[in-house]
Amino acid sequence: MNNILTQIGIENYIFLSVTLFCIGIFGVLYRRNAIIVFMSIEIMLNAVNLLFVAFSTYHQDAQGQVFVFFSMAVAAAEVAVGLAILVSIFRNIGSISIDNLKNLKG
Amino acid sequence: MSTVLIIFCVLAAITLSTAFLTIFSRNPIHSAIYLVICFFSIAGHYLLLNSQFLAIVHIIVYSGAIMILFLFTIMLMNLNEQDEVHKPRFTRLGAIVSFCLVCLVLIKIFIDSKPIVEYDYTGEDYQSIKVLGKVLLNEYMVPFEFASILLLVAMIGAVLLSKKEKLEK
Repeated sequence: MNNILTQIGIENYIFLSVTLFCIGIFGVLYRRNAIIVFMSIEIMLNAVNLLFVAFSTYHQDAQGQVFVFFSMAVAAAEVAVGLAILVSIFRNIGSISIDNLKNLKG
Repeated sequence: MSTVLIIFCVLAAITLSTAFLTIFSRNPIHSAIYLVICFFSIAGHYLLLNSQFLAIVHIIVYSGAIMILFLFTIMLMNLNEQDEVHKPRFTRLGAIVSFCLVCLVLIKIFIDSKPIVEYDYTGEDYQSIKVLGKVLLNEYMVPFEFASILLLVAMIGAVLLSKKEKLEK
């Protein structure tokens, strides 16, 4: 068995990751619901992780996968804190539309 | 067209379509469900690249923990029939234009870059749980411990943030 990427091609993985990342950016810009914005951020993180794993396979090296492991840990922490913040925002304001969070606008 | 390529195309189609549906569905619960499918297909990509450990961890962490958190938060806020405020057309237009620009720049970069033709294959085992554990606990010992501290701090922070504040008099 040889490298699986000879059959798929690393370019396909690059294009998939770039498209997924762009979808995430679009979600952040387009939606006004803070939870959907969070989900878009998760999609972007996953696109980067996928590219890390693809290049780790390309170089036949474990370091990329270890980095993905750490980024998963950070993503889990980020989601826990972020959703707690959203819950307290919802309790204080009554909605989680990010258009309503304009207190710092001055 | 080999079978691996066909599997890749199917998985990629599932990933991209569910990611789009996540963003465009009106109901947040539906978005969460689509996001679960998206995460499962990404785990399928990991399996295709033969990194079993990451695939399992991905399913456990993302499809398990994170999506349960999302669903619980959505249900806590009772956003089921959420009437999203109608945003001005200007904002939509700005989002679409900037999205197209980012897409154009990124895809142009990768089309113009030098094509990769060489694939090295050493034949040695580099991504089984055994090897990953050795790398993780020898070379990346300190970041590993810091990750545990980060998770602890995140847990305490989440509890403190979502606790109801007592009314002060």
